[in-house]
Amino acid sequence: MENIKELLIRKLKENFNSDIEAIVDFQNTLTILIKKQCLIEVCKFLKNDPDLHFDMCKDVIGVDYYRPEFRYEVVYNLYSLKNNYRFLLKIKLSEEDMHVPTVVNIWPGANWPEREVYDFFGIIFDGHPDLRRIYMPEEFEYFPLRKEFPLMGIPGSLELPRK
Amino acid sequence: MFEAKEKINKSKILEALENQDVSIYFDDPLDSDMVLNMGPQHPATHGVLRLLIRLDGETIIGVVPDIGYLHRGYEKLAENMTYHEYIPHTDRLDYLSPLANNVAYCLAVEKLAGIEVPRRAQFIRVIASEMARIMSHLVAIGSTAMDVGALTVLLWAFREREKLQDIQDVFTGVRFTTSYARIGGLAQDMSDEAINMLKDFLEQFPEKLNEIEKLLLKNRIFIQRSEGIGVISKETAIAMGLTGPNLRASGVAHDIRRDEPYLVYNELDFDIPIYEEGDALARFYVRIDEMKESVKIIHQAIEKLPKGPINAANPKRVLPNKERIYSKMEELIYDFMLINFGINPPVGEVYHAVENSKGELGFYISSMGQGSPWRLKIHSPSFINIQALPILLKGHLVSDVVAIIGSIDPVMGEADK
Repeated sequence: MENIKELLIRKLKENFNSDIEAIVDFQNTLTILIKKQCLIEVCKFLKNDPDLHFDMCKDVIGVDYYRPEFRYEVVYNLYSLKNNYRFLLKIKLSEEDMHVPTVVNIWPGANWPEREVYDFFGIIFDGHPDLRRIYMPEEFEYFPLRKEFPLMGIPGSLELPRK
Repeated sequence: MFEAKEKINKSKILEALENQDVSIYFDDPLDSDMVLNMGPQHPATHGVLRLLIRLDGETIIGVVPDIGYLHRGYEKLAENMTYHEYIPHTDRLDYLSPLANNVAYCLAVEKLAGIEVPRRAQFIRVIASEMARIMSHLVAIGSTAMDVGALTVLLWAFREREKLQDIQDVFTGVRFTTSYARIGGLAQDMSDEAINMLKDFLEQFPEKLNEIEKLLLKNRIFIQRSEGIGVISKETAIAMGLTGPNLRASGVAHDIRRDEPYLVYNELDFDIPIYEEGDALARFYVRIDEMKESVKIIHQAIEKLPKGPINAANPKRVLPNKERIYSKMEELIYDFMLINFGINPPVGEVYHAVENSKGELGFYISSMGQGSPWRLKIHSPSFINIQALPILLKGHLVSDVVAIIGSIDPVMGEADK
């Protein structure tokens, strides 16, 4: 009897073998890196496959690795209530092309997490219904969780209320 | 010219409200469509939550929540400090249950660094987490009841919470922001005095909880204001990613203590209360029942509490005993290295989630092998729960807004990070 982890890896390899770039199992956290082009197909497959049935996208996480190639990563924290199993699905993103297709149509709960990633990193989710800043003020011009943004903030970046 | 100027002045949030797909239309002979701004300074929004509500008369046809008024940049801060330094900041996430947040964060770091915590510490952490759950739920039910007009419940709930805070004072040394858990163990052992105080509390608490229950469950005003209000179906709740009591009130049996067991929860016997209705009343019942389960869990944990050390024997990662730092050379060196350079866990990324009082609190940590995390992401339950507010509020009356916000129990410290 194969467990859910083996099943997940086998099924993904059967269907998307050429799109999987890396499978890492570190300290019981399974991370699967896929190509950006096939993100939507993989997500739809993960949600609709009757055995896997990843019905919750708990979180969308942006990471800035500050490296010359593929600087950003977007991590999807997926959970299957049926199997009680969680894994991280990742895509890499280069600085020149900061666009990712949205998964809101697949998991509506990814709406705010995607807005948060946009707010902090400036990654644009194509097709998102309401891509606005969520924590920072509307008129803020910077993306604070990028590594080049100083911890102390940028003086004058926030306009004070007019009298 | 005038139109262009007006467009610039209109904020994006207002545009978002107007663009919302509005499926409920009412006869509007008097043009009664209006926008109501609620918060961020409003006593019933449990902090600094702002809601832009579009109304037709008194009926809500669209809502856009606006958060970020308490944003302190904790994820950015985490990248600039060592793993140990970050523990006090976790207190300020969900400030109603700081003990549980400390434990959640330390569990994530321990998973990353591969530290095994001694069994005594694990049991004490369970006790701490469940204490935090009771404390948080007491505020939740007290303030929900107050929002719909039953003021006594708040006072009674806070009386019980006060007793728990006295225990917390003896248990951890502080009443509020505890910073109690440490990476690889705990700040100090649980004293017999604290255990006895806790036992005394548990003795009388179920009766007091019954009193609170009786006060509300035969109260016609409370029932009418919460029954059938803010209903979210099972499918929608899953799709929106709700967790915690809010999800379990919609009939989904998802509890991380059971589904992905951590600490020693798999050795303890407890039930997971589930209600099918998905309304404000069901969410209230779930919280009451969860407190009863927490009492059960603490009883068992105290009974099974083993003797032994509370810190893992891993000097390169776990802070040494303070007394030994002052008298022993080795410990002094380790302390110096840990404080100045951090614990340097291996390169990799982990995610660890716990079942907190509000739902799933998770920490995603990406490490580059340095003393501070490369990226730390807080998955906060309140943030996700507030996301579902527009669905919950649609079609209700203005007076139900406070009841519904109270029933999903958001804490803005956590939602805004």
